[in-house]
Amino acid sequence: MWTIQPRGLGDLLEALRNRGYRVVGPVVRDGAICYEDLGSIEDLALAWLDEQEPGNYRLTGSGNGDLFSYSPGAHTWKKFLHKPSVTLWRATKDQKGLHLKEEPTAEGKVALFGARPCELAAIAIQDRVFLEGPFVDSFYAAARKEMFVVALNCSHPSKSCFCVSMKTGPRAATGFDLCLTEIHPNGEAELVVEVGSETGGLILADLQRREATEKDLEAVRKTLEEAEQRVERSLDTEGIQGLFDRSFESPQWDDVARRCLGCANCTMVCPTCFCTTVVESSDLAGAEATRTRIWDSCFTKDFTYIHGGSVRPSGYSRYRQWITHKLANWIEQFGTSGCVGCGRCITWCPVGIDITAEVEALRARERTGSGSGGSSHEGNA
Amino acid sequence: MVAKPKPKLAVWKFASCDGCQLSLLDCEEELLAITGMVDICYFPEATRAEVKGPYDLSLVEGSITTPHDAERIHKIRRSSRTLVTIGACATAGGIQALRNFKDVKTFIPLVYAQPSYIETLNKSTPISEHVFVDFELRGCPIDKGQLVEVLNAYLWGRKPAIRPHSTCIECKLAGNVCVMVAKGIPCLGPVTHAGCGGLCPTYQRGCYGCFGPKEDSNTRSLAARLASPIGMEEDDLVRLFRSFNAYAEDFRKESEAHED
Ligand code: SF4
Ligand code: SF4
Ligand code: SF4
Repeated sequence: MWTIQPRGLGDLLEALRNRGYRVVGPVVRDGAICYEDLGSIEDLALAWLDEQEPGNYRLTGSGNGDLFSYSPGAHTWKKFLHKPSVTLWRATKDQKGLHLKEEPTAEGKVALFGARPCELAAIAIQDRVFLEGPFVDSFYAAARKEMFVVALNCSHPSKSCFCVSMKTGPRAATGFDLCLTEIHPNGEAELVVEVGSETGGLILADLQRREATEKDLEAVRKTLEEAEQRVERSLDTEGIQGLFDRSFESPQWDDVARRCLGCANCTMVCPTCFCTTVVESSDLAGAEATRTRIWDSCFTKDFTYIHGGSVRPSGYSRYRQWITHKLANWIEQFGTSGCVGCGRCITWCPVGIDITAEVEALRARERTGSGSGGSSHEGNA
Repeated sequence: MVAKPKPKLAVWKFASCDGCQLSLLDCEEELLAITGMVDICYFPEATRAEVKGPYDLSLVEGSITTPHDAERIHKIRRSSRTLVTIGACATAGGIQALRNFKDVKTFIPLVYAQPSYIETLNKSTPISEHVFVDFELRGCPIDKGQLVEVLNAYLWGRKPAIRPHSTCIECKLAGNVCVMVAKGIPCLGPVTHAGCGGLCPTYQRGCYGCFGPKEDSNTRSLAARLASPIGMEEDDLVRLFRSFNAYAEDFRKESEAHED
């Protein structure tokens, strides 16, 4: 373990850029923390404080000398790995016939600067989905291959965070090249750096640093213990697959369908949601065609449109699908929950629907015996 | 091989501002390609030359507001193999459908010196209330990229790739920060049909609902949120849902729910 000064962040950024990385990280844009290119250290969001609650997000100056008093914001890293829109192939037609041309997957090297523990857990989940199944997603694989990760442990979880109950934070265990924790041993901010890979070690070697003292490490422990205690929200995952099996016809789905807008914001901001659709387009003369893959959502009707209509025609069935897949069926499918507790779907839902409260409501209906039978819907409708 | 004749295109206008027809002329880059693929046979906005029908594809702009309109649209339908309405007037009645919430006879004398010359219907109605419509292209005005897509899909016999989901999806695809969540700005994006690419939120404005209601729009839940905690009054809610798509069913019902 090593300790660096805040100005070392700029040196770290430069060291990464000198090694050919495109560095992306938290910046402030339009009133929120966004993940964008870091051209220089001036772009990095420092000394901002976020307030989050269901359906609400506000960013203000922290004014307390802390560098990183904010938690995950409006964007996720998936925009760099599993991009919102990807051209899969192009085709041209001439007298000789049809010519298919695959799109190059080549990516420059990208460094994520300031990825939070829950976000690393989300990347690990998408790795499983895109890289470890029978079909490897070549675009994801290319973006992922030479990625460098500077992780940032959380000292200021927001009110939407529930990483503790999902066992993903506030401290990162793996999945990084370097991991930073902000401490204030003598009132001044310093950063303790843990090395997670050989490349991480090499890059750190370029920086001005000192070996972390026992006092520094104690400050890290204390900071992260306090952070853990500040994570107020929680999701009870005990026996969760059984809960969803039993709740298939819970009246709670009617309740949430009255509130849910089907706007799909929750799936767009979720760092693990991976669904896409493909769209074909051609030029008017029919000589050129393109197939593009774009993010889609289980909250749209087209998502399950097959001959004759949509398999999930109601808000009731679509919300149920999303939360059941995310929290229960995902475990069967990928051996892990699909939720890392980042809280984004709670904060960025325009009407503040809270995934943890919905699970609690399902449990409460079971306890009070109003867990099934009262629903206005049958089966999948 | 004998070259197939090009499909005959006609562009018709009813009560409207011409903005949607202009979107066709605005397709600068694609315009030559379009004229290469279709014969523009009737398009008074662009040319006085006129080729008689029947037409393979008719684009219809504007809403039905006069007894004469109501007859004319049937003739057009009869002479069109495929009929596509373009824009909020043709698909929902347009801004002029505000009259539908009042009695039009009471304000004709306020506007016209000789009210007796005015022959108008009490309601401004979408084309689909009068004749069968093959496809409705939304927007006030329409998006020219979507218009080209509709023409393209027609030419190649496929379904237009026009998704009926929320504006929020486009807003998020564009990487925007939600103006409602981060700033408390009222936004109709969650109940509005996509098509603009999230234009207003990109410029820090709430969505005005130019593309009308999305599939299954839950306007009631959004309106409840806009009332509290966002703080909109009932009057404001009426006005918010009552603009270019005021007479689209979901928006109409929501605005009526907030009227005393
Ligand atoms: S479901 Fe919600 S809290 Fe869980 S990972 Fe996705 S956005 Fe985060
Ligand atoms: S839960 Fe919220 S964000 Fe998700 S679709 Fe429903 S209203 Fe939109
Ligand atoms: S700004 Fe409007 S359109 Fe964009 S995500 Fe928010 S509510 Fe949806």
